[in-house]
Amino acid sequence: MRIVVCLKQIIDPELPSSQFKIDPGSKRQQPNGHPLVISPYDENALELALQLRDQTAGHVTVLSVGQSSAVSALRKGVAMGADEAALISDPALEGSDAFGIAAALAQGIQKLGPPDLVLCGCESGDWADRIIGPILAEALGIPCVTYVARAEKHNGHVRAQRVVEEGYEIWEVTPPLLLTILSHESNVPRYPKVKDIMTASRRPISTWSLSDIGLDTGHVGNAVTRVEIQELTLPTRESRCEFLEGEPGGQVASLITKLREKKVI
Amino acid sequence: MGGIFVFAKVENGVPSRSTLELLGGAQKIAAGLEEPVTAGLLGQGDAALLYAYGVETVYRVDHPLLKEYQADLHLLALERIGRTAEPRVILLPGDSLGRDLAGRLAFRLQTGIVTEVIDIDVHPSEKSLRFTRQAYGGKAIAAIVPKAFPVVATLKPRTFDPAARAGDRTGTEIPVEAPLDGAQAGTRLVERVQEETTGVKLEDAQVVISGGRGLGGPEGFDLLVELARVLKGAVGSSRAATDAGWVPSSMQVGQTGKTVSPDLYIAVGISGATQHVAGISGAKTIVAINTDPEASIFKVAHLGIVGDYKAILPPLIARCRELVGG
Ligand SMILES: Cc1cc2nc3c(=O)[nH]c(=O)nc-3n(C[C@H](O)[C@H](O)[C@H](O)COP(=O)(O)OP(=O)(O)OC[C@H]3O[C@@H](n4cnc5c(N)ncnc54)[C@H](O)[C@@H]3O)c2cc1C
Ligand SMILES: Nc1ncnc2c1ncn2[C@@H]1O[C@H](COP(=O)(O)O)[C@@H](O)[C@H]1O
Repeated sequence: MRIVVCLKQIIDPELPSSQFKIDPGSKRQQPNGHPLVISPYDENALELALQLRDQTAGHVTVLSVGQSSAVSALRKGVAMGADEAALISDPALEGSDAFGIAAALAQGIQKLGPPDLVLCGCESGDWADRIIGPILAEALGIPCVTYVARAEKHNGHVRAQRVVEEGYEIWEVTPPLLLTILSHESNVPRYPKVKDIMTASRRPISTWSLSDIGLDTGHVGNAVTRVEIQELTLPTRESRCEFLEGEPGGQVASLITKLREKKVI
Repeated sequence: MGGIFVFAKVENGVPSRSTLELLGGAQKIAAGLEEPVTAGLLGQGDAALLYAYGVETVYRVDHPLLKEYQADLHLLALERIGRTAEPRVILLPGDSLGRDLAGRLAFRLQTGIVTEVIDIDVHPSEKSLRFTRQAYGGKAIAAIVPKAFPVVATLKPRTFDPAARAGDRTGTEIPVEAPLDGAQAGTRLVERVQEETTGVKLEDAQVVISGGRGLGGPEGFDLLVELARVLKGAVGSSRAATDAGWVPSSMQVGQTGKTVSPDLYIAVGISGATQHVAGISGAKTIVAINTDPEASIFKVAHLGIVGDYKAILPPLIARCRELVGG
């Protein structure tokens, strides 16, 4: 089974709000030297890919669109166990929207050769548009199941558990297909071993420009975005917590009184 | 050409809650844009139920293959309707359906898309649209303007007030032909499983009690379920608790999980990451129980108890039981 996992490198999304600053020019988060990580759900997707590969034979490629720094995200992917990695990086991609990124990913996937399975995170840890996976599936002309908690091979098909409001659904799909992956106890990302990190650090990572993947610059970049970020601001938060003091019994008694005053119980 | 198009669902003789929220969003901008509200219906739901909320035109695709949800077939029908109605705005719910279809629809209509919208404004003189959404897990707010039309937008659930009835009105129904064929479905449903712990739907509950990593294990949730039973509420969780496999994913509250808007939200052993808080902004009273007085959850809570949940919940359950029992 040939699997491609799309990895996005982002600024650590678990950084506290107090360290979050906006760059007014780009209307994006200021990097400020904060740690760069693989967008969390993409790591879950890679973990699933590695498990599926290890069950039988297969090949896992990690693919990213980004700046040269994203090489470190791909190296981590290799250290976790991916067989191959490629970065699509080109100044013309700057300011692309989801359609531009998906177009580049689609061309990169064509260059790698037809996959059986493409995995994306269900949503990125910074903008969480939740659309690059489905758009990429359209660009590749393959079926797509979103918000998948687990997936397995089943008689030549893939069975995917899609999380919905009421519970979950099991969908069966014949490859090739694309899944967008949700975190789940079954896909907790493995920690790479020190030895594998060392080996990965010496691995050359292919870096492709737009001309390497045969994509016209007219399909990407700021000039062709279909929506525009006009403004990025910080939300206003007012702290208003009333702490209930005392021993547990007293705290509970005060809580009950307050909740009855507010008529919520 | 023009109009605010809502993808509607009519279930058991009423528009679904998400449909009413979409209609609420549509009503909010219809006057400013001076454009009508239109809707799409798949299957046989009663269009008159939508006219009563001010919908002027209902586009319908009725086909036996649309009875059960299947993404490719729903998308084909929706794409047909979109091309027929030619609206300015297409509103879809930001739930599992919107997450499945919205991006693909925008791709097919070669247009722009904004997801998880929490507010929409119309510029009074230019009549241009501006969408508001959260970014960076709730650490920032973005204003986004469309450059291509029709613009597809998904509305974050439980954020827009449901539409009010506009009184006795009528409208026009336009049937749309969509030649569907089972072979166009690239995925096949094997099974659909419902998961509920207390019988009250999390999204509808007036009381929600959520647990996080601080519960230390799945057993901790037994106390939450007990309290929820007494208060006729529902149990939710943080991502850390679902990732650990303590409770099913459908119970997760937050950015990736559900948005809830109860009168009372009790966060137990939850640190209050912005991605969690993103799911509770509609809660009227937030109570936090946490051992760490510095936990971020106390920045959004109204009432806070610094303490171990194991010491707090048993007397709380007992007191609530007394109250409920009379
Ligand atoms: C793209 C993205 C999407 C996300 N979506 C979601 C989402 O939908 N929902 C969500 O919840 N998170 C989401 N997260 C994760 C989020 O950032 C946090 O990692 C997560 O919410 C932490 O869960 P927690 O509060 O249970 O765990 P922790 O942060 O580990 O907090 C545990 C808390 O329990 C307290 N505690 C410990 N012991 C006790 C005790 N005995 N009694 C009382 N308190 C105790 C601790 O003081 C601590 O504050 C998302 C993250 C990303 C990047
Ligand atoms: N620049 C990128 N490079 C590789 N994959 C990406 C990129 N941006 C988004 N993705 C993939 O698309 C998923 C969803 O992103 P989004 O639509 O932004 O929520 C991510 O989890 C990744 O798997």
